[in-house]
Amino acid sequence: MSFALIVEQLLNGIQFGVMLFLMAAGLTLVFGIMNMINLAHGSLYMAGAFIAAALIPWTGSFVLAVLIAVPLTGLLGAVLEVGLLRRFYARTHLDQVLVTFGLILVLNEVTRLIWGPVPVPMPLPAFLGGSVELFEGVHYPTFRLAILIVGAIVAVGLYVVVVHTRAGMWVRAGASNRPMASALGVDVQFVFSLVFAIGAALAGLAGIMAGPVFAVQIGMGEPILILAFVVTTIGGIGSIRGAFLAALLIGVVDTFGRVLLPPALGSMVIFILMAAILALRPQGLFPVQN
Amino acid sequence: MKRLLIAAACAAGLSVSASAQEPVKIGFISTFSGPSGGLGQELLDGFKLGLKNLGNKLGGRPVELIQGDDQAKPDVGRQVAEKMIERDHVDIITGINFSNVLLALAKPVLDSGTFIVNVNAGPSQYAGKQCSPLFFSASFQNDTAPEAMGIYMQDKGIKRVYLMAPNYPAGKDFLAGFKRYFKGEIVDEVYTAFGQLDYAAEIAQLRDKRPDAVFFFYPGGMGINFVKQYAQAGLKKEIPLYGPSFSLDQTVLPAMGDAAVGAFASTFWTEGFDNAQSKKFAKDFEAEYGRIPSPNAAQAYDGAFIIDAALKATGSKLQDKAAFRKALENVKFDSVRGNFKFNTNHYPIQDFYLAEIEKDAQGRPIMVKRSLIVRDHADSYAKDCKMPAS
Repeated sequence: MSFALIVEQLLNGIQFGVMLFLMAAGLTLVFGIMNMINLAHGSLYMAGAFIAAALIPWTGSFVLAVLIAVPLTGLLGAVLEVGLLRRFYARTHLDQVLVTFGLILVLNEVTRLIWGPVPVPMPLPAFLGGSVELFEGVHYPTFRLAILIVGAIVAVGLYVVVVHTRAGMWVRAGASNRPMASALGVDVQFVFSLVFAIGAALAGLAGIMAGPVFAVQIGMGEPILILAFVVTTIGGIGSIRGAFLAALLIGVVDTFGRVLLPPALGSMVIFILMAAILALRPQGLFPVQN
Repeated sequence: MKRLLIAAACAAGLSVSASAQEPVKIGFISTFSGPSGGLGQELLDGFKLGLKNLGNKLGGRPVELIQGDDQAKPDVGRQVAEKMIERDHVDIITGINFSNVLLALAKPVLDSGTFIVNVNAGPSQYAGKQCSPLFFSASFQNDTAPEAMGIYMQDKGIKRVYLMAPNYPAGKDFLAGFKRYFKGEIVDEVYTAFGQLDYAAEIAQLRDKRPDAVFFFYPGGMGINFVKQYAQAGLKKEIPLYGPSFSLDQTVLPAMGDAAVGAFASTFWTEGFDNAQSKKFAKDFEAEYGRIPSPNAAQAYDGAFIIDAALKATGSKLQDKAAFRKALENVKFDSVRGNFKFNTNHYPIQDFYLAEIEKDAQGRPIMVKRSLIVRDHADSYAKDCKMPAS
């Protein structure tokens, strides 16, 4: 492998990792803070992509479509939380898995009813569609650079909000001791709904960023949901920092594994990595202390 | 005595007319749910349109279409088929889109004496040693479309080709079919995980090897991912893409959009075929469903016409299995493909064309016929088939 190719593959790995982080961030927040396993997170990812794909021809602008689709997906998440899922916070993980798995089936069929069975197009605007020459011999698709930048902004933004703001403090307080936080005047119910909505909006954002690169089709959320769970467990459940670093690790290891190892082993390598990490550190790399 | 005779004659007359009016029961098993659900729908839409244009009758008899979802799982497909045979007593089973599902359900179906006249999956097993008097494929044998592209690229003198496919049986079959006729240099043969999302790493490796062309087989969403990412990497203009029509047809082209324009497909049918049967089909399909049909829908449409023509030849009767089999073997019908006949192994002998992806007047990507690659192409397994006489 030439030096330029190694750099390009490294970029590919980091970019795939950032994509996984966008997906895993919402998952780890909901899982870590509310102790809720939400398999339907992948359906929100799909919803984000389909809503944006419908809005692009309607608004005539990719950026505008993204700005509308992200809050809409968040709203969809809030509706699901208030209407159904908040009843399941206190239930066992098995109940949560069952209800959210049912939601996957329902949301897939609803999507089929609205958009039909054929995958939908999601074209890129001209300014994001080309590629840029980073340095001699290394061309990189502009949109993948955009994904890198958006992912980095989200990572920093989330970290600052959760660790350094009052709202983040309420969230952490509600997670570690709900009755005590309520007694101190925090509306925990509202905070949890808000966290769920933000998680949904992040999944929607991940779906939108994935849309131009991957197929926008029914069931698109399931394969990436599995990877997002791998990231969440390796990073330590509930840890934004852990999810970010684990996502980069998975992205880079997966990319080089696919290129350097035989196909059967290459597609297993991240799961072998997960097994090894969990054997040594069952709480993940960056467990949340509470 | 006379009255008894009359009564018996009446009863016989009644039963004859009843059997003529008794519906033909067709079991349509395909994938209607999950990520591949669109494919089953495409086949069913094509088949239903065929029925509609035949006046909702097959061989003059009404039709009872029983639909079953195999969920893309072989065991589920087998259960659905067994239920259709035991409870619904279907006459013919069709619709199956995945080869692994077909392989799982074919044996119990054929053992029960039920016909399979399939409209999509064409596994090599039933084309060769396991060929059966009751098994017909109205679509293709899996290897033939990649074989046709191998023939084309060999004839064109393309030297260095890079091969890519998912790591599962059909992926390997497709690349094997291509290599059966392409004798130039294979720069690399890359198998990726089934269902893989991101191909950036493989595309970077590919660019580094500088091949003259890429031959790929990625069905469904994988193909959409690959073709979009290939175009975004800026490679579309430098290294042309070649594939079988399954990777570049109307089940995926709308989602690929501009990314697919300029790619080449080998196919037995395109949207713009200019025979009368094909024109009527394409026009009616778009009017009925609001989208352009794929070759999948076209072959399912043909499937309905094949069953109809064979039934007409046997006087609308299915009970005499040898007669119905013979009628199918010698079937004469108006095919959207123009040229179609069954080989000795009950798989099609048909023409393959080169098509290029272009935009139509409304800006939609379509397959446009360029040239004939091979006339009367038969699969390479027929020689292993010792078709039983009955």
